[in-house]
Amino acid sequence: MRNPQLNQHGELQHLLTLDGLPRDILTAILDTAAPFTEVAEREVKKLPLLRGKSVFNLFFENSTRTRTTFEIAAKRLSADVVNLNINTSSAAKGESLLDTVDNLCAMQADMFVVRHAASGAPMLIAQHLQNTGRDHIHVVNAGDGRHAHPTQGLLDMYTIRHFKQDFTNLTVAIVGDVLHSRVARSQIAALTTLGVPEVRVIGPKTLLPTEVEKLGVRVFHDMREGLKGVDVVMMLRLQNERMNGALLPTPQEYYKIWGLTAEKLALAKPDAIVMHPGPMNRGVEIDSAVADGTQAVILPQVTFGIAVRMAVMSMLGSHLAPDSTGTRIHA
Amino acid sequence: MNILISNGRVVDPANRTDAVQNVYVAGGKIVALGSAPDGFVAERTIDASGLVVAPGFIDLAARLREPGFEYRATLESEMEAAMAGGVTSLAIPPDTDPALDEPGLVEMLTYRAKKLNRAHIYPVGALTIGLKGERLSEMAELVEAGCVAFSQANVPIVDNGVLMRALQYAATFGFRVWLQPIAPFLARGGNAHDGEVATRMGLAGIPVAAETVALYTYLELAKITGARLHITRLSSAAGLALIEQARAEGMDVTCDVSINHVHLCDMDIGYFNPNCHLIPPLRSQRDREALCRGLAEGRINALCSDHTPVDDDGKQAPFSESEPGATGLELLLPLTLKWAGRAGLSLLDGLARITSDAARIVGITKAGHLSVGARADVCVFDPDTHVAVTRDSLRSQGKNTPFLGMELPGQVRYTLVEGQVMYEGR
Amino acid sequence: MNQLDAEALCRQLAEQIRPHVTPATALVGIYTGGLWLAERLHKALGIQPPLGAIDVSFYRDDYGSKGLHAKPQKTEIPFNVDGAHVILVDDVLYTGRTTRAALNELFDFGRPAAVELAVLVDRGSRELPIAARYCAHTLPEALPHDQSLELQRDAAGGFTLKLTQRA
Repeated sequence: MRNPQLNQHGELQHLLTLDGLPRDILTAILDTAAPFTEVAEREVKKLPLLRGKSVFNLFFENSTRTRTTFEIAAKRLSADVVNLNINTSSAAKGESLLDTVDNLCAMQADMFVVRHAASGAPMLIAQHLQNTGRDHIHVVNAGDGRHAHPTQGLLDMYTIRHFKQDFTNLTVAIVGDVLHSRVARSQIAALTTLGVPEVRVIGPKTLLPTEVEKLGVRVFHDMREGLKGVDVVMMLRLQNERMNGALLPTPQEYYKIWGLTAEKLALAKPDAIVMHPGPMNRGVEIDSAVADGTQAVILPQVTFGIAVRMAVMSMLGSHLAPDSTGTRIHA
Repeated sequence: MNILISNGRVVDPANRTDAVQNVYVAGGKIVALGSAPDGFVAERTIDASGLVVAPGFIDLAARLREPGFEYRATLESEMEAAMAGGVTSLAIPPDTDPALDEPGLVEMLTYRAKKLNRAHIYPVGALTIGLKGERLSEMAELVEAGCVAFSQANVPIVDNGVLMRALQYAATFGFRVWLQPIAPFLARGGNAHDGEVATRMGLAGIPVAAETVALYTYLELAKITGARLHITRLSSAAGLALIEQARAEGMDVTCDVSINHVHLCDMDIGYFNPNCHLIPPLRSQRDREALCRGLAEGRINALCSDHTPVDDDGKQAPFSESEPGATGLELLLPLTLKWAGRAGLSLLDGLARITSDAARIVGITKAGHLSVGARADVCVFDPDTHVAVTRDSLRSQGKNTPFLGMELPGQVRYTLVEGQVMYEGR
Repeated sequence: MNQLDAEALCRQLAEQIRPHVTPATALVGIYTGGLWLAERLHKALGIQPPLGAIDVSFYRDDYGSKGLHAKPQKTEIPFNVDGAHVILVDDVLYTGRTTRAALNELFDFGRPAAVELAVLVDRGSRELPIAARYCAHTLPEALPHDQSLELQRDAAGGFTLKLTQRA
């Protein structure tokens, strides 16, 4: 079965996951994001690319942060943005996911930005759109279950490229709850595709998924061992719910063994950068001193995040509507 | 009606027959093979030249969705599917709504099925009331009402104390207990095999331990209580190994596997195909190979469809939110043929798994074979024609099969139940 | 196009602009050929404000049908656009749409006092009311639409004009 992200010409139709995304498309997105970073510094922070298009933020899982960055990105592209928090409305009344999507398509949606608690939900939507002949509507996965968070992975790669330039001689460590993390899965997929020679995951056995080494990573339980000589430290958020699921004893013990402190960070390369997808649990997975320190690039990640999302939405939004005449327009 | 099935290749695993010969049917029974009995006049002749004549197939698990789940399927539609699939006897799991824990319900179901006059049904009763795993059901009464065995379907008993008592009580009468090995707390929250695929896809995993730990428990308790145990829907190599170990120690335990697990593994989930959301989950390539080999060598005793029709709404949801299960009555024969072909088995040995071997597990003696005097449940089919599996070609109300779009070998031409032609293909 | 000497045209263009240059005159080159040209002019004319570079990929009016161009570059306008006297520089003037896109983009940076257009070659076939104040050469006959004319820069930085037949 064809990769649902690509259309029959091999072009990006949706952004659903970084797993299986060809390297040249991944690189093209990063290249395209660069000029978008400049827009934020202008007087008029708007580009006309998505003027007249309707972007629907379909969030089945609460997230003000991610929804806001997508909203800013879409508005900077001059799109009309509609925010839908589904958990409070129709789904609670039992309307199925695809019925909700069909209703919104009837309202002339051009793009869906979808966050859902179930892995595979955005893919289901994309396949449904394809099956019902709506090839002009695009889906951007804003995070599905544990499966993928492709725009986060992309902005993390952009950040690494910005500070480190060459992927092919880096050692990168991902620390924390990889088991439940869609961010980690997207990061691993992107790092391996971009040719990072050593990707490490560090955490307790209870938080590392079965056979994770088959994704191309080295597994460490000892954080000090795992951080030795690392160029990039990617911290993952620890969710408090995990403490109750018999996966971990207490936040205190977690912090002691896997929390990023200045002392542990010193084992990495002196110019190592520290990243975090946010929001941070200070004093649980990361020390305040480190989070606010010189090696942390957490705020640039946020800025790059908007540019990357603008790039993704522009690249998707450029596909031909079924009735386009395709006449060439010259300079 | 007197029927002559002429010139077909009779393949009867129970009698080790594989030869071209005539079959004579009268009064709902097989009255002769080879040459006509004295005075036999055929009122109808079925020309089976180039076709296989086999006993009607026996399916160890087919959910007909009545009572309670009529929006998914009905007895009528699923019986049509059975006839089109050549399945003349079906064992029905107890997870209807309400569960088959009352003699009255079983009688009503049996009565309805008899009135429809299609396949024979063999109800499997609920081991505990409501399948809740707390109180024993009236097993003796249920057997009298027609139950052939007892099971918990996919709802394992949590309290091992209750499980032991249930096995002990069943053992009192020598009743069969069919159990699906699921350790509830190890399987909790999962919906796919715990391995590389689930890790990559971000699906909550069900480890093999959920099957082996349950198996250890069931085998041990069956040994202690003397219960007649049959393990349903094996999914792992490790699970099969445990059963063999128990057999080596002298235990008499049988097991089956579903058509889905013999052909598919977790990689077939692809881009979250909900038709691959099954209980037990599709496991690794290695597990699939071990199950195939085990079935070929008879270490797994029977193959079944595990027919579970789900309506479209139930499947058009994200993987973890979709209803588990696959439709399969009409695919039992084609998938058996495909598996046997791949395993290098003769047609005789391959078909045994859905005729004579399955009959033994249910306790059917009058069917599952084509001996003289047997009930005339027959399937005449073309083993070489391939049929495409499409929504339209399936008669079941459930179109939920992972084999949609595939071409599979084996086309049923005639299905007879008790000497009556119930289905004519093409 | 072998008859057209791009280097000579560049010198001619510079001399056309020179009398009108003031300390406030700012140059903005349009990627890619226009920027190369603007770099030369900036030096040759002693332009005071730093050189601006504009990529019009995000403002093209054919985005809806053609999509995003491969590899857009970063627009950089390192001077204050408000009240500026800007000369937009491009290599070839054709339909006028690139210039319009550049104008739209420039105005998102501020309100210039005046904007003029300088091009090396005008190939005709205008589709918008756009004209170049400074133009080194106008082709006597408009080029066919299946031909493209572009400025090329070799490794040594030398200019040539290249005409290609589109497939």
